[in-house]
Amino acid sequence: MLNVENISVFRGERLVLDSVGLRLDAGEALLLTGPNGAGKSTLLRVLAGLRKPEGGHVLWAGIDALADRTTHAARVAYLGHQDALKPGLTLRENLALPARAAGSDPKQAPKQAMKALDLLPLADLPARMLSAGQKRRAALARVMLARAPLWLLDEPSLGLDTSSIGLLEALFHAHRETGGIIIATTHVPLPLPNARTLALPGASGLETMEEMDMESWS
Amino acid sequence: MKAEGMQASLPALLAAVIGRDLRLALRHGADTLGAVLFFILAGALFPLALGPSPELLRRMAPGIVWVCALLAALLPLDRLFGSELEDGSLDQLMLSGLPPALVALAKMIAHWLTTGLPLLLAASPLAIMLGLPMPVLPILLAGLALGTAILSLIGGMAASIVLGARRGGVLLPLLVLPLATPALIFGAAALDAAQTGLSWRPDLELLGAFLAGALPLCPLAAGAGLRAAVE
Repeated sequence: MLNVENISVFRGERLVLDSVGLRLDAGEALLLTGPNGAGKSTLLRVLAGLRKPEGGHVLWAGIDALADRTTHAARVAYLGHQDALKPGLTLRENLALPARAAGSDPKQAPKQAMKALDLLPLADLPARMLSAGQKRRAALARVMLARAPLWLLDEPSLGLDTSSIGLLEALFHAHRETGGIIIATTHVPLPLPNARTLALPGASGLETMEEMDMESWS
Repeated sequence: MKAEGMQASLPALLAAVIGRDLRLALRHGADTLGAVLFFILAGALFPLALGPSPELLRRMAPGIVWVCALLAALLPLDRLFGSELEDGSLDQLMLSGLPPALVALAKMIAHWLTTGLPLLLAASPLAIMLGLPMPVLPILLAGLALGTAILSLIGGMAASIVLGARRGGVLLPLLVLPLATPALIFGAAALDAAQTGLSWRPDLELLGAFLAGALPLCPLAAGAGLRAAVE
């Protein structure tokens, strides 16, 4: 489904990603780990089509995804470091645009997404009044609203409490059940059973790819 | 396999982005109000500096109104894409399914609606205050309508190009002002011609031609600027 070959990215003079490759089929999940500055976020941005790699290919169902990045955008739901909420708009208003972009009903779809992330009581609060964890959940609601097969999540559990992690688990499960792919960077365990792990080595060394058992979450 | 996300039609999405920006502008009304107040205040400084000679002010009124409008339109440009880049919204806009050029166009239209249009409304009182003859007023407004649209296009393009650069705020006027000089020249010339009884039509037509050229080119350049900024 998603086939990534030999991705190399320079940041200034430094080679951040050196021929990284990965392969994921429908329903699979991948955790990106590695020290700070290893290029985890950069790799996610490359996969989202936000950044062009200096070398390598991203193939989606055999087609070069980065050739037409606007089309590729429809396959991607991206969660960055920042929650990308407008502080002056209410939660409901913040979620209306992503719902519309996905071709959903801009009233009903945000309601369902907020319900899934236990945000309904906060729907009419301006985003500036929300706590960090609540904002993160709102950003995850946007990921859900995108109705995209490929989820690219940069530390999705940042700031979430235990019960929110439970919501996240249900969200991940539902997405993978319907054939979705999840790629997440993380420093802490995520509720992704049977996820593979790709450890990015940082500036030097070779990347290793290993199956990691996440039984404790299943 | 999951069905790939259904796509909203581009015009509907464009309208949704503009609508979001208008809603934001309403919540933060100070930005719009700031530009308009700057316009009025800067214009009101000229009689104080030049002396209250009606003859002099009437002759200078077209230039004063145009220069003040140009400078006032510059004020909110810095935040046009800057706030989107800072809070990560620009990434999401680039992934919304709109081509980058249309994202830029939506922001430019929003800039015109929240800055150009209010300036247009404030231009009449300022012009009357400076003693511009009433019959010339429609020509001023027609010229400014075209001119503010040109400023939004050129300004949006420049704002996207300096996006992410250090000292972008300083660079911005240096980029916009030279590019906007043709609009200033034709716009003020139309008023001069009208005041002296010559035909003002060619000047406004040139202004229209400038707008027609900027309308496709500026969003394209700005789209490339936005792509570069998120990389």
